[in-house]
Amino acid sequence: MSDPRDDVISVGALAAEGTHSAGDPPAGIRRVPSGVDGLTTEHLIINMGPQHPSTHGVLRLLIEVDGEEVLAAETSLGYLHRGIEKLAESRKYHQLGTLMDRGDYVSGMHGEQAAALATEKLLEVTVPDKARYIRTLVAELTRLASHLVWYGTFGLDTGAMGQFLYAVRDREVLLDILEEISGQRMMFNYIRPGGVVADLPVGIEKKILDFLTDFDVHLEEHHALLGGNEIFQMRVKGIGTISREMALAFALSGANLRATGVGFDVRRDRPYDAYPDLDFDVPVGSTGDAWDRYMVRMEEMRQSVRMVRQCIEGMPEGDFTAKVPKVIRPAEGEVYASVESSRGETGVHLVSDGSPEPYRYHYRGPSLFACQVLEEILPGHLLADVVMMIGSLDIMLGEADR
Amino acid sequence: MAIDRFTGEHSVAFIRSEQLFDYARSKSLWYMAFGIACCAIEGLMHASGPRFDFDRMGVFFRASPRQADVMIVAGTVNKKMAETVKLLYDQMPEPKWVVAMGACASTGGPFREYPNVVLGVDQVVPVDVYIPGCPPRPESVQYGFICLQDKITKRTEERLAARRDRS
Repeated sequence: MSDPRDDVISVGALAAEGTHSAGDPPAGIRRVPSGVDGLTTEHLIINMGPQHPSTHGVLRLLIEVDGEEVLAAETSLGYLHRGIEKLAESRKYHQLGTLMDRGDYVSGMHGEQAAALATEKLLEVTVPDKARYIRTLVAELTRLASHLVWYGTFGLDTGAMGQFLYAVRDREVLLDILEEISGQRMMFNYIRPGGVVADLPVGIEKKILDFLTDFDVHLEEHHALLGGNEIFQMRVKGIGTISREMALAFALSGANLRATGVGFDVRRDRPYDAYPDLDFDVPVGSTGDAWDRYMVRMEEMRQSVRMVRQCIEGMPEGDFTAKVPKVIRPAEGEVYASVESSRGETGVHLVSDGSPEPYRYHYRGPSLFACQVLEEILPGHLLADVVMMIGSLDIMLGEADR
Repeated sequence: MAIDRFTGEHSVAFIRSEQLFDYARSKSLWYMAFGIACCAIEGLMHASGPRFDFDRMGVFFRASPRQADVMIVAGTVNKKMAETVKLLYDQMPEPKWVVAMGACASTGGPFREYPNVVLGVDQVVPVDVYIPGCPPRPESVQYGFICLQDKITKRTEERLAARRDRS
């Protein structure tokens, strides 16, 4: 008779060792003998999502738990796969922004910006100064709106409710401003190849500055409300630590990478649009835990406010768009352009064969990589901390699933 | 016994029990917190936010399908997701309603050319109200809920009228 312990799957085996194949069903109960007297504990596999209020979309996690402790986790994606990359191959270059909006739907402007920058690289057009500034302005406003969603829902994950309502209050004002600029609350389709689709409306500068005056105060209130709460601090400090090496190995970007101490920011290191003219700091964390990610994102919001002010002050006169043909037929070629979206490096790899539609369109989203790292950081934590870690990574499933 | 709205006096109202229940149900439509895609930000997040505040209409979110009356399908449903949507609908207790929010849930929307996308969630579950838009504004969603309330309060009346017509 063989020793039953030979059949035991070691801790963390589900994700790390790859002992399961795609064929065998992952859900089930494994009996693992432990201790000298042959007592058995049951390892339970919990299915979390795709309908779960705290998975921020339709992420599905399979979590193997021993009591309260997570032993292994596996992410299951594809519940929002809508073929953005494939559909882009049958769209004109002007229409790419429509798809990018719906990819990362909370920070639509950044997706449009990436698509427009890639098209402009192919076309080799020069964007007018005013268009560069308007783009930067709306991108930073969108970053504020996106970070407010993260702030509100991250608090919801910890069980707090009030800060969500305050975040939505500020976001409504932001969306009003963005609606006045672009005509839509969420799916802007405002940044087009060559510039932007319309000039800034008259008097919008005052509205933005009025909002920022309020928001300066509100932001500190937000930080005091959530970050100043001792219970919140106890719950997020030391949770979901990502080391510098792990972050680089998983190709994380954005606040998730900067929280580990790597100061990479596309806006500073591969500058585009008006960012070379602006003065801003790149906040960097030290330990890479959920608290650092929280602090980095809060500081990013302060920097965004600074940048919006600089954009309004330095807004040049001129055209809001370059002369771009109605149907864009770029020369054959292959380009990669990336922007710093609210979640990290959003890039577009575009291959053109000279026709009005892209030959190949690849969309590099930061959330896909953040979903992968969940499998590494979840083991060893308590089940109640799982939602905190998902919330702190600020994943967006529309962009991870494409 | 009811209090007359205009005179403030006690008066007697006659109502069928079904209609009374439907009236009560239409004022507490609890939806399931199930955001699929972009529409979830507008239809679930901003809807429960301070400006639109669906709570005052009795529309509030519940985390579990077992406690929900309404499912807002807020986003593109693909073939992998369709099974889950059907499962969640089956888990909801009767009576239950489905609101297809946005172009994707109604017809497939901008993604309808992609073979993986279900062309409207009505192919999976029965839909009561369709809300157009990509995404619909929270006001649209609010109007959709008012339509749903009308539909609920009038259904007994319509059923009785249909019975009268048959006889």
